[in-house]
Amino acid sequence: MQRAFTWTSDRMVPGARPRSFRLPGFGLTLGITLFWLSFIVLIPLSTVLARSWAGGWEHFLEAAVSPRALAAYRLSFGVALLAAAANCVFGLIIAWVLVRYDFPAKRLCGAVIDLPFALPTAVAGIALTALYADTGLLGRPLAKLGVPVAYTPLGVFIALLFIGLPFVVRTLEPVIAQLSRAQEEAALTLGASRFQTFWRVLLPTLAPALATGFALAFARGAGEYGSVIFIAGNMPFHSEIAPLLIVTRLEEYDYSGAAAIATVMLGVSFIMLFVLNLLQRWRAPRVA
Amino acid sequence: MGTRALKAPAGTRAALLLITFAYVGVMLLLPLGAILFEAFRQGIGLWWAAVTDPDARSAIRLTLIVAAISVPLNTVFGVAAAWAISKYSFPGKGLLVALIELPFSVSPVVSGLVFVMLFGANGWFGPWLEDHDIQIVFALPGLVLATVFVTFPYVARQLIPLMTVQGRGEEEAALTLGASGWRTFWRITLPNIRFGLLYGVLLCNARAMGEFGAVSVVSGHIRGETNTMPLHVEVLYNDYNFVAAFSVASLLALLAIVTLALKSALEWRYRAELEARR
Repeated sequence: MQRAFTWTSDRMVPGARPRSFRLPGFGLTLGITLFWLSFIVLIPLSTVLARSWAGGWEHFLEAAVSPRALAAYRLSFGVALLAAAANCVFGLIIAWVLVRYDFPAKRLCGAVIDLPFALPTAVAGIALTALYADTGLLGRPLAKLGVPVAYTPLGVFIALLFIGLPFVVRTLEPVIAQLSRAQEEAALTLGASRFQTFWRVLLPTLAPALATGFALAFARGAGEYGSVIFIAGNMPFHSEIAPLLIVTRLEEYDYSGAAAIATVMLGVSFIMLFVLNLLQRWRAPRVA
Repeated sequence: MGTRALKAPAGTRAALLLITFAYVGVMLLLPLGAILFEAFRQGIGLWWAAVTDPDARSAIRLTLIVAAISVPLNTVFGVAAAWAISKYSFPGKGLLVALIELPFSVSPVVSGLVFVMLFGANGWFGPWLEDHDIQIVFALPGLVLATVFVTFPYVARQLIPLMTVQGRGEEEAALTLGASGWRTFWRITLPNIRFGLLYGVLLCNARAMGEFGAVSVVSGHIRGETNTMPLHVEVLYNDYNFVAAFSVASLLALLAIVTLALKSALEWRYRAELEARR
């Protein structure tokens, strides 16, 4: 598609001596890119990996899979999975409503969806804590019902629910906008129920985008720090997330311990990066 | 008949709309309202005192300085990366794009940790830096490095798809007509990508000013010296000085609201130029 618009000089000016119009700047821009990427991202990240091995394999294992670290991973990754799943349900509904329905305040609604991207995480953290603490507007009635939220793992879930929503909505919106209504019409005309149409026609089409939104929300949630630490309570083995354990180790000057846990977290980041790339390939033919 | 069949029954529509409103209201608007309520609940006088306190002012200044250094750095990088990736084909391009987006899936705490490992007292370059009396961690350079790391992909990620769709036809035409490479960039490329660039810079800036986890690891929390606004909020909050914490937080909430408003305005006015729909 883009190739079709590419002009070559000899075609433009017939008879002119053929010059190769190589777009300049490749060396410069690729050089800047590789330098900056190495300097800011790759070299620093590799030092963490190196550091975590510096104390030897046994020390690494001791720090990386200590019972306290395992409890922290379980909380961070487990709650991130649950929150990403919940965000898929709500995100799908909200994205659908934003694309297909007309209603008052639609533009405002659409703009507010990105609030978790724009609001600093620490600010979100203290705001959620104020709301869900057992003296808070939402926390008090919930605590009376016997569901304390703040300073429990449920608080972590609420924070990750907040953080993850825009990833799902923003990934789904363009795909829903491109859906061909003919498919839905055909299914309905052929006698499918609305639920069947949703389950058999819409959901398979939306699945790659939904999976991408899920993966993005999970990756963000697993590493999330600012919005979680205020509401989480941070009790070891109970409500302590993995990033906080890294900070704790660092404050104890246990550098290799911090690096070991960071290495595990980085491993998951790389896996998520790989998964997201696979998902992109899955999506590509459908979008085009 | 088809279009009528497509319209969901009124009940379903109402239910979906209700869920949307309830979710947006409770999960998004209520926290925003809570910040403003807590900030002003004891009057505007206390709010003013909190945001003009010397430590708060120094935090505001530091936040602005950090953003003023890191956003331009990542903007130059983003334009360069997008130029290289969108205008040429070369092996390893997919990997390069993936690596550029890597900071998005790295925990902010890990993003800060890497610079402590490199430049901290026990880090690789720690002894050398100490010998030469250069302070990176627990000082401005560390804050900038951590912020550059977490905001690394913002501009590039916005520009790469935009410039890929735009192709290289217009640039080649300008070169054919005798323009130099730089002139082509300033006169052709930059005007074509300006709104996408602005959009990327806007998001990059919001994250740079609001970043918490990464800067918290490298800052050392020295009051009045290495505390940015989000870190100052944390310090005040942990001191049970809630009104002051929410007052400073309200400034950051204002930043978020302005960012969202500008972002929506850009999306609404220049949607075509942002996405470069064919």
